[in-house]
Amino acid sequence: METVLGRYRNLTILVGVLFLQLLGLAVQVKRSGDAESTRLIRIWAVDTITPFERVLVLAQNGTANLWHNYFFLRGVRAENRQLKQQIEQMRLEQVRLSEDAGQARRLQQLLAFKEQIIAKTVPAQVIGSSGSDLSRSIYIDKGSNEGIATDMAVISAGGIVGKVLRVYPSTSLVLMINDQTSGVGAMLEKSRLQGVLKGTPDGAVILERVMSDEEVAPGDTVLSSGGDQIFPKGLAVGTVTKVSPGREMFLKIEVKPAADLSRLEEVLVVTEKQERNAVVDSGTRVRAADILAQRLPSVPEKPAVPATTVGPGAPGNTKVISPGQNTNAAAKAPATATGSVKPDSVQHIAGSPAPKVESGLSAVSPAAGSAVRHDSGDDADGSSQPTATPAPKKVIPKAASGDAASSAGSPNAAGSNATSSPVKPAAQPKPPVSQPSPKPPVADDGPH
Amino acid sequence: MVPTSVPITYTSGEQIEVYRFSIPVTVGVPLLALFLQAFVPRRFPFFSIFDLPLLVTIFFGMARRNPISGLFTGAAIGLAQDMLGAYPIGIYGIAKTVVGYGASSLGAKLDVENAGARLLVTLGFYLVHAAVYFTVARGMVNMTLNWSWSRGILAGLANAVLGVGLYFLLDKFKQRT
Repeated sequence: METVLGRYRNLTILVGVLFLQLLGLAVQVKRSGDAESTRLIRIWAVDTITPFERVLVLAQNGTANLWHNYFFLRGVRAENRQLKQQIEQMRLEQVRLSEDAGQARRLQQLLAFKEQIIAKTVPAQVIGSSGSDLSRSIYIDKGSNEGIATDMAVISAGGIVGKVLRVYPSTSLVLMINDQTSGVGAMLEKSRLQGVLKGTPDGAVILERVMSDEEVAPGDTVLSSGGDQIFPKGLAVGTVTKVSPGREMFLKIEVKPAADLSRLEEVLVVTEKQERNAVVDSGTRVRAADILAQRLPSVPEKPAVPATTVGPGAPGNTKVISPGQNTNAAAKAPATATGSVKPDSVQHIAGSPAPKVESGLSAVSPAAGSAVRHDSGDDADGSSQPTATPAPKKVIPKAASGDAASSAGSPNAAGSNATSSPVKPAAQPKPPVSQPSPKPPVADDGPH
Repeated sequence: MVPTSVPITYTSGEQIEVYRFSIPVTVGVPLLALFLQAFVPRRFPFFSIFDLPLLVTIFFGMARRNPISGLFTGAAIGLAQDMLGAYPIGIYGIAKTVVGYGASSLGAKLDVENAGARLLVTLGFYLVHAAVYFTVARGMVNMTLNWSWSRGILAGLANAVLGVGLYFLLDKFKQRT
């Protein structure tokens, strides 16, 4: 026996080492999900490698910041201008969406819905990967010291990224959604069909468990369904790129992740989620008119004497704005306000034609179209007042302008507002009933 | 002189030169390989096709020409790579143990000092490594892996080309026994 072992010493040791590793592997596989058994040696490895990664990332970011913040400033002004315009558009869009959201919340409250919200996040920087082509996981520079725990959702500006798989004192390992061992509860935005999002060995992402008789088309948006208890419902997951028949009775739906998983730099770890009953936000609401008033530099401040708060259809102040101011302001205003704006007093600038709104804007509010400034009035109930809005060329008597004031957000008002129609009597006041916000109206294209 | 053929020749024990490495190189090079393997693919995703720890395992195995040393080097590097990943520890360990043993056994019998031989040996061991990994991952860990010859050979060639350059760089650290 000794002779045999001596003769095949190398082979014997090889078999012994392989056997030990296989044994260790078998133990880990049997204790599936028990990461504690290998925690210590993983910590050693991670603590050996990640400090260098941190230093390199820090140096890289420092250099990049120096370059971008001090040397590479060409085009920043133009970009800044463009971004400001974009912000303005988005703020107006936000008003419209907040109306929809408000309505949804009211309905949810009525039905005693529970909603899950992201209460707290911790930003983290990606410092490295697992170092394997087959394992889609990344290391972030935040760990248990910062309150990170396993199974926390990791998201980015684009969409969901993955979940925290292992936590070390100052780093964490994140299993990305394109890893073959990951699984995310997902649903299609349009059809609300639910499935399981999984990674494939080659790093693609597929949506499984959707029956083959369902209609799914490329381009459909995929959202998190919340069914996995990790990702809150409604987060962007990706877009369907290809649909083909899969195994058994299911479809094979290929999904392009919303987040660019191969080029992640910063992520957010959702450290706290809250489940609460849907609550209607009763705080101060931003009205489309207020936003417009802010972004019209030529429009004077609020008058010293505030207009009387009046109900729908009540008289208000209407002034005519000077031409230059009006045109410029209106042209810049892609307002999308719907529903809730119910101003009392409206100023039009004297001598101006009916305001012109840039064509091509998908949604322009009547208020924007007529360069309307809504001075006061608080729409507590959120109801819209679909009344015609005249855009007079002269000073309109106070009594006649009440309906004009209350036109913002009304589909009917859109057209009538941009036109200089004769002043109509005050519209019939409507009770403050929550109604579905109408689609943002498209304003007429020019003065009439 | 550029070799016109691939001279993989069988050599006697007396002809073989066995090298050793200083401790900093023995420890530092595998660590550097692991670090680069974990760090670089985040910035350059195409880099994930390379397996630097595997190349280092093959290099040390071939240079030392000692199967025991080779298999332990492979096991250590493979296990360290496993520790950084999300899967159970041992998959890379087993694959690289086999490669380390094979490379050092081959190095003891063949002259693998020239570029052509190194290219072929690296390509061969890349495929062996992939095959062992595939077998263990599917057979024991129940991972879903798809074997692709085209991808394997392409990745093997890419690693072989990188390996040839890397080996010549690492040759500078060799010390004659």
